[in-house]
Amino acid sequence: MTAPFPTHRQEEWRYADLDALQPVWERFAEPVTMTVGAGENLEEVWLPAKDDVQVRRVQIALGKGAKARLFALNTAPVYGRIELEVSLAEGADFELFGANIGTGLSTNEIVSNVKHVGVGGRSRQVIRSVLNGKATGSYLGKVEVARGAQQTDAEQSVKAMLLDRGATANCKPELEIFADDVKCAHGASVGELDAMQMFYAESRGLDPASARALLLEGFVMGLWDSAKDADAICDAARDALRRVV
Amino acid sequence: MLEITNLHATVADKPILNGVSLDVPSGEVHAIMGPNGSGKSTLAYVLAGRPGYDVSEGGVTFEGRDLLTMEPHERAAAGLFLGFQYPVEIPGVSYLQFLRESLNSQRRSRGEAELSGGEFIKLAREQASLLGMDAEMLKRPVNVGFSGGEKKRAEMVQMGIMQPRFAVLDETDSGLDIDALKSVGAGINRIMRAPDKGVLLITHYQRLLDYVEPDKVHVLYQGKIIRSGGPELAQELEREGYAEAAA
Repeated sequence: MTAPFPTHRQEEWRYADLDALQPVWERFAEPVTMTVGAGENLEEVWLPAKDDVQVRRVQIALGKGAKARLFALNTAPVYGRIELEVSLAEGADFELFGANIGTGLSTNEIVSNVKHVGVGGRSRQVIRSVLNGKATGSYLGKVEVARGAQQTDAEQSVKAMLLDRGATANCKPELEIFADDVKCAHGASVGELDAMQMFYAESRGLDPASARALLLEGFVMGLWDSAKDADAICDAARDALRRVV
Repeated sequence: MLEITNLHATVADKPILNGVSLDVPSGEVHAIMGPNGSGKSTLAYVLAGRPGYDVSEGGVTFEGRDLLTMEPHERAAAGLFLGFQYPVEIPGVSYLQFLRESLNSQRRSRGEAELSGGEFIKLAREQASLLGMDAEMLKRPVNVGFSGGEKKRAEMVQMGIMQPRFAVLDETDSGLDIDALKSVGAGINRIMRAPDKGVLLITHYQRLLDYVEPDKVHVLYQGKIIRSGGPELAQELEREGYAEAAA
């Protein structure tokens, strides 16, 4: 039986483009589940597809001391959603490096729920959004630290760059902590390109459009620094940025 | 080569330059000295076209062209280089990529062929080594994690790569130790001392002028040039201070 269709009243679907989701819901109603066994390593690069609507709903269970590192580029022409539910057993390590690059009227969102269940888990989420036109880019990130999940180290860094007045960024890091010896850092900023960086680049001979493109590339490309094979996602991100700048 | 005539400029509606006139012929190095707040950096920014630095009166021509109607990148392509007092950090963009794209953008607008990746890296290595900078540093993001001295050295490496016709160097000597000062001074002479080039050297102190001997020294005070003279003027200022010169 298909899961009930979501509504905007549900926090994790608050900014979703439900009209775009409706026709394809049956395909995505059930999340994909992945298990990373104790001490194992997982690294995945999630590239965008060509479809107007692109949804990924993934549940990942990290065993004791397991590691997962995800690199995700979310740049659907109409609606893109990357939804993650991750649970971390003792000493597990989870990293997500994600970008929303949106143009036109598109909505792209990354929605995560990271559950620290065991002691000494570490999670790090770094999200960058670049939006123009009337595009929306969102990050809703919940970190839950269970009772007893002491020495949890969780970090969320969310930054968005709005290129037009009509673009929207939603950044919502959320913490739910039931242990007393934990470190949960989060930071969010929404801004425009730095005027001094623009002038510096232009004074070296870059026209304003090229200077903007280069600065935005720097803003996004830093995400893929630790990927074993970053070529494909770098190329895809560059393509996406070219459409936005 | 660079002619500044009765230049008035404001920043946030506050007048900073109050009628600067200055003529730097090709083949010459002119130094501008002056106390803090006299308008030295404003002059540098106005010449390079920084937004928010508004010219209210007067004009500037560069090799006969009206400089003030040109965009900052057009000024660069025309051969003007500004060495920043505080070089800007750009995370996520490597120096190599930044400089290669900048140089090729200049070359395109001048109708010259672009440099290939290999050609550019060779040029960048050469210039870095001439200035005593480890070429590996050019793989790092622009100025991120560089010390004050390294940033200034990197500005000179950029100048060596760009080979401008005219350089405005805004306190390139500040933050440098003696060895760095020597190599930066030698760099300025090597890159910019030529019959068809010119330099406007902005500085507080006389010490850089021991390595880069100016043809003329001007004193900027309260937005105006109040005295001009030969290299001996710099020594006089060092001895007697700006207050004396302004009196």
